[in-house]
Amino acid sequence: MMRLLQAVGQSSLATVAGFGDFAMFVSQAVAAAPTTRRLGQRWIRAVHEQGVRCVFVVTIVALFTGLVLGLQGYYVLARFGSAGALGTFVSLTLTRELAPVLGALMIVGQAGSAIAAEIGIHRNSEQIDALTTMGIDPLGYLITPRLLAALIVFPILTMAFTLVGLAGGYLSGSLLLGLDSGVYWSGVHFAVRFADVRECLLKALVFGVVTIAICCHSGFTTHLRAGVSGSQAVSVSTTRAVVLASIATLAVDYLITSFLV
Amino acid sequence: MIRTTLPPILEVHGLRKQFGNHVVLASVSLLVPRGSIVSVFGRSGTGKSVLLKCLAGLLKPDAGEVCFENGSVDVVRRRCSYLFQANALFDSLTAFENVALPLEQTTRLGRREIAQVARNALKSLGLDKFAEHFPAQMSGGMQKRLALARALVTQPELVLFDEPTAGLDPPARNAVFEMIVQYRRQFDFTAVVVTHDVPEALAASDRVALLEEGRIHFEGTPTEFAASGDCIVRSFGDNKVTLRNG
Repeated sequence: MMRLLQAVGQSSLATVAGFGDFAMFVSQAVAAAPTTRRLGQRWIRAVHEQGVRCVFVVTIVALFTGLVLGLQGYYVLARFGSAGALGTFVSLTLTRELAPVLGALMIVGQAGSAIAAEIGIHRNSEQIDALTTMGIDPLGYLITPRLLAALIVFPILTMAFTLVGLAGGYLSGSLLLGLDSGVYWSGVHFAVRFADVRECLLKALVFGVVTIAICCHSGFTTHLRAGVSGSQAVSVSTTRAVVLASIATLAVDYLITSFLV
Repeated sequence: MIRTTLPPILEVHGLRKQFGNHVVLASVSLLVPRGSIVSVFGRSGTGKSVLLKCLAGLLKPDAGEVCFENGSVDVVRRRCSYLFQANALFDSLTAFENVALPLEQTTRLGRREIAQVARNALKSLGLDKFAEHFPAQMSGGMQKRLALARALVTQPELVLFDEPTAGLDPPARNAVFEMIVQYRRQFDFTAVVVTHDVPEALAASDRVALLEEGRIHFEGTPTEFAASGDCIVRSFGDNKVTLRNG
């Protein structure tokens, strides 16, 4: 019994310490912004890394999400004689939930994993120590531009996800199943309010900062992985980054939704 | 040869570092005279690299102090460079970008000046034709020179070398030590070299120190090291010294 309590206590303390460490990591990275030289160049590179590289996967996922929503929505709504509400259904589902959540998960899968692996390799090959010995703040050089890039990339890609998803819903609902296109688009037009777009962008912003910070932190602490080292530690860090960032996305989504609904 | 009467650029007093219950450095004290090459020997796992990382400020010692001409460890970081065992070059940056990086991030030089200084550094180490190559496209020796170019481009007063000859064959090991001696003269820095290559280091160094059981067991000139009757010093092989000129 004592051992069990001891294990629970140690695990709880480690979790609290982990949260504290993560909070320090993020705050120090943010605080490093004013003193980081040539931040603009690094920021542009980070925007490319997270944004341009993810456009394809986000577009494809958005298209198929819209197609499925149109298909499922049409048949379900038709059962209740409300097929005309398809535009409303697709637009609100995408704007309020699916676009920010699925968009964030896709960016985490594509760019977040790459970020964790890259920073993990920097750590393994002592490049982060090298930055420190050169008098360069590793947080300012490696982390700050990526966090700042997330602030612009996630909202833009989420908006792109929403628009492509709406087009996907139109393709399956109107072009394939025959719903009048005017009915579909007027449903979209009248359903989406400013508050829905604001919720969508707020979620995208928060998901961006949280998930990219988790991926950066996971890579940055690769040398602290217990029981593994070298390439195995990078592998563990990358997996950990994707899993934690995905869970965080869904958990934060619930929190934001519960406050805004 | 450097006389011990020269003022020390770096003083280490009672440095202690342990990981868990394992004491790596018990109490290390060392003086590094300005302009000298000081080599630190020791068996594997005796804490040579830990000592170097404490000097560079990468590890925080549990006790003791590191003084850089009466300044703190933060001063050491600003005025010293560190050459890592595996070079720690940024593999996604070209040779030129690797060398320009510390200038871009720590100085207020303009683009043209940075390019000029970086190209001069590459040229002085014979790498000007490889400026646009990535580290992976270069040989081990060239990577070592590139790492040295990056270390020297900010004109440090002290350069810390962590096993610069690890994994190199004997001719390449000699070449690395010759390079350290040559560039020490050219760039006028002080060097602390952690190494296993006793003969090469004895030939290149002004002073040597032997780390054993977390303490400096021997400190003196290469000649004194070679003449020592101490059994631990003698266990470091046939320490014939071929002193370099000058």
